[in-house]
Amino acid sequence: MLGPEEREVIWLSLRIAFWSVFVSLPLALAVAYALARATFPGKTLFDAVVHLPLVLPPVVVGFFLLLLFGRRGPLGEILEQWFGIVVAFRWTGAALAAGIMGFPLMVRAIRLSFETMDRKLEAAASTLGAGRAGVFLTVTLPLALPGLITGVLLSFARSLGEFGATITFVSNIPGETRTLPLAIYTYTQTPAGDAAALRLSAIAVVLSLAALYVSEIMVRRAARRIAGEDAVARG
Amino acid sequence: MLSLEVERSLGDFRLAASFEAGEGVTALFGRSGAGKTSVVNAIAGILRPDRGRIAINGETMFDSARGIDVPTPKRRVGYVFQEGRLFPHLNVRQNLSYAGLFSRGMPASEFDRVVELLGLRELLERRPGNLSGGEKQRVAIGRALLSSPRLLLLDEPLASLDAHRRSEVLQYIELIRDDVKVPIVYVSHAVEEVLRVADTVVLMAAGKVIAVGPAEEVMGRPDLRPGEGAFEGGAVIDAKVIEQDMKNDLATLAFEGGTLTATNVDALIGERVRVRIRARDVSIALERPRRISIQNVLEGTIAEITAGSNGVVDVTIAVGAVSLRSRVTQRAVEQLALAKGLTVYAMVKAVSLSRSGAAPI
Repeated sequence: MLGPEEREVIWLSLRIAFWSVFVSLPLALAVAYALARATFPGKTLFDAVVHLPLVLPPVVVGFFLLLLFGRRGPLGEILEQWFGIVVAFRWTGAALAAGIMGFPLMVRAIRLSFETMDRKLEAAASTLGAGRAGVFLTVTLPLALPGLITGVLLSFARSLGEFGATITFVSNIPGETRTLPLAIYTYTQTPAGDAAALRLSAIAVVLSLAALYVSEIMVRRAARRIAGEDAVARG
Repeated sequence: MLSLEVERSLGDFRLAASFEAGEGVTALFGRSGAGKTSVVNAIAGILRPDRGRIAINGETMFDSARGIDVPTPKRRVGYVFQEGRLFPHLNVRQNLSYAGLFSRGMPASEFDRVVELLGLRELLERRPGNLSGGEKQRVAIGRALLSSPRLLLLDEPLASLDAHRRSEVLQYIELIRDDVKVPIVYVSHAVEEVLRVADTVVLMAAGKVIAVGPAEEVMGRPDLRPGEGAFEGGAVIDAKVIEQDMKNDLATLAFEGGTLTATNVDALIGERVRVRIRARDVSIALERPRRISIQNVLEGTIAEITAGSNGVVDVTIAVGAVSLRSRVTQRAVEQLALAKGLTVYAMVKAVSLSRSGAAPI
């Protein structure tokens, strides 16, 4: 049904989206927690910087990444010399770009659930002997689960669809950085590529729908769980 | 054993409270906004006082002068909140054993004992969202008990319950008072609850402690009228059941000064009970009345006459070793020429039982 080239594109896109979410999740949790609970000087500025990828043209983000993480970029050199990781024109760079573009979405969703949860439950946990880390792991995090799932999904979907920052930062290399949107774009630029572009677009629709559906089910289940209801089927 | 002396300013409100509480149940009693919950939060370490000292069983939890502030998790104070605050994502069993996650486990025998005591066996696999208000509070009490607390804090644990659930949960609280040897601080603004469970009463108003003492003493003092309004004030008397007439559901209660008959006394002969006689249920006669329906007529001497507002007067009548209070009008005082030292007959219209149980008072 799917050609080898299509399979390669889908697999690459999923892999990049997975790693971008996986790596940014712990960071997003920390940033969301800091924004929801802590007060520190420069918080407003920090908040704005976190949200920047949401409002900047993706090409600008990609260009900055190129300057910072390119072979000669200051961060790119450190990564290569200290960790042996090269991100420029590699799939890892695509994951980095995708992760940064999805980051504000993930932070917003998680932060919202940190802010709206019943904090009195955390005080109750501390009277029962739970220290800060204990409270976070046994009460705060489980109660933030619906927001966490939403955040993961939003950033996953954003990663799958990332185009501007990716093509600017890591170019459009088949088998390395050519994700679904880049492949579709390439076909539209090729004579008689419309049919192939349409097929890939249909696949993009199916993937997005599936991700939405799965997350909706998970969010509902988590919401029911933290509402304290018994695990019985309800209409 | 709790010793406390705290000061804290919260906007316009200033809390400056100090008291000592011993064994048994100490009630923090007063109107809403008197600072009761602030005191309890300070004990638990949730609210940090500006100044002061808090010690539980001789161990200092907070001392501003010495810079000591033991963090909440280390204070080992079992806190039962007004709204229960069960963890919604955990079932009853997990809620109960929560404290075990942060200590060296929880002995199964201890778990079983609390589950039996509070009748939680059937609820263990349920989730908090599906429990009734009374069940939630029972689980919350159990959860606090299972954190092996030095002190149990109950902050208006019945406030969110209806009358029926209230008496159900109150019974369990009495059970814990008598069965588990842990000092309890019980916050309430309800006279009935305080009289039923408390040994010691700490009366609070506007952030200050107004009186501390044995329950029957503080709750009976006419000068205090602890936040109850004209309707509920009265005397509290410790008595002993000496006769039970099951046929007519009448019990005879002996106290230091005479006997009372009361209906609906759920106690055995020989048991001690605490009764409350509201000032508005006591009338005064100068001669022993005959041919009246009132069962309880007690002879006594007027000890004090305190003028209240709106033409209402509180008359304190010494009957043997106890004091009754009667609320009459200023005009009645004039017509009967009531004065200190006068012998009168107190007609008691209603006696309400406020505490019973096997525990000696």
